[in-house]
Amino acid sequence: MRITELFDNGEFVVTAEVGPPKGIHLEHLVEEAKTYLSGITAVNVTDNQSSVMRTSTLATCVAMKNAGLTPIYQTTCRDRNRLALQSDLLGAAAMGIENILCLTGDHTRLGDHPGAKPVFDLDSVSLLYAASELEKGRDLAGIELVGEPPKFAKGAVVSPISDSVDAQLAKMERKVMAGADYFQTQAVFEPEKFIKFMEAAKQFGKPVQLGVIIPKSVGMCKFMNNNVAGVHVPDEMLDELRADKEKTKAGITGIEIAARIIRECKPYCQGVHIMALGWESKVPALLEMAGL
Amino acid sequence: MLITELKNKETILSLITGKVFIINCHGCKEIRFPEHEAEALQKELQESGNVTGILTTDYICNPDYLKQRFAKHEAEIEAADMILVFSCGVGVQTVAAYFENKRVCAACDTYALPGYQGVTPLEHDCDQCGECYLNITGGICPLTACSKSLVNGQCGGAKNGMCEVDPNMECGWERIYQRLKKVGRLDALKCPVQVRNYATDPDK
Repeated sequence: MRITELFDNGEFVVTAEVGPPKGIHLEHLVEEAKTYLSGITAVNVTDNQSSVMRTSTLATCVAMKNAGLTPIYQTTCRDRNRLALQSDLLGAAAMGIENILCLTGDHTRLGDHPGAKPVFDLDSVSLLYAASELEKGRDLAGIELVGEPPKFAKGAVVSPISDSVDAQLAKMERKVMAGADYFQTQAVFEPEKFIKFMEAAKQFGKPVQLGVIIPKSVGMCKFMNNNVAGVHVPDEMLDELRADKEKTKAGITGIEIAARIIRECKPYCQGVHIMALGWESKVPALLEMAGL
Repeated sequence: MLITELKNKETILSLITGKVFIINCHGCKEIRFPEHEAEALQKELQESGNVTGILTTDYICNPDYLKQRFAKHEAEIEAADMILVFSCGVGVQTVAAYFENKRVCAACDTYALPGYQGVTPLEHDCDQCGECYLNITGGICPLTACSKSLVNGQCGGAKNGMCEVDPNMECGWERIYQRLKKVGRLDALKCPVQVRNYATDPDK
């Protein structure tokens, strides 16, 4: 099932994400996803996220699919050149994985193999273009594929709370031009800014899923404010997390905040993408509180 | 060492809007510059009546020299809508930085050759990639100004306008975006999807 079909039917699409482990045992990840994420539409599987080496995304996607979940194959341009990227896209389609999310990827310098060669032969835009070309039955070199071409739901990301929203919109337009079918956003903590962004982004006519992170603690939010591009947790939200330490520790404050953001933004977007960051167990409670 | 080659004629003609001031750099002696081809093309342009002036000089990569050399041509430059530069990528970038509010275009592609590096790149760096991107990036090289050498716009990694790899380095694409905005050329970002051709770059 391609999630574009759901967007086309006017459904509000809820996705979440999981990160493969640094090891060969996928059982725990799959079990956790089955337990907490089976109520949602599809699960993103990240690709060596934060440039930290982990088990292959494609292999994890297959494990998720075998367990009855719908994986979204995230693919970045950091580790593979255009041959490998296209080859893996075809491999994904061959395994029945048709939902993809194309990203440029963090630089290798930021991860656990800082001496690795950063590839970036393609980038998010040219990768989307490559996927579009494969759908037309030819590769990036213009050479015909054998047999029926793949069909993807091609996702991309955008940062609505960036310090340069206009530049983000310009990049979003390039992604649409290259074939992006839907967008997932970076985590949003300021609904009013998101709503303003969506006013401008709706000109592209592509479904956008609001990115949501459950704030776990003041420390986590401060870290994101200082280090994570496109993420800003406002002061009043930090105060809210500070107010009742036990409640925050139990995750209740975070769930309340996240649910509130979802409810405020829901009329302006076409879905939600939850980045639970280890708090997968809180996702069902969040969905319930947000009325999803 | 490096070689500069003229971009194809259609590409160069498609860059020209309104009146144009031309700069030729006959700088480094080690460089092969397509002098005759450039001259023939410029003669044609002059005949069309759209050229306000031509400055042929050397080492335009040095902004101090540039200032002195532009002095005699101020009126011609003022009368031009754009500046077309026949030089290596460093030269184009230096001119583009000098005329922040004027559109500056590259008429050449720069290819690398092994051996002594003849130019004196001060602030600007040319990757000598053989398919100059400066015309779609407002005269700021995306290969050297962006840590990931991206050619289709910024990644999501910049924080407060600074690069995710080096917090002391401005995001190259943020600079490009601001420059394009300043010269009224944001439409350049609507150009077709760019895919690099590494076959033009013997070093890679």
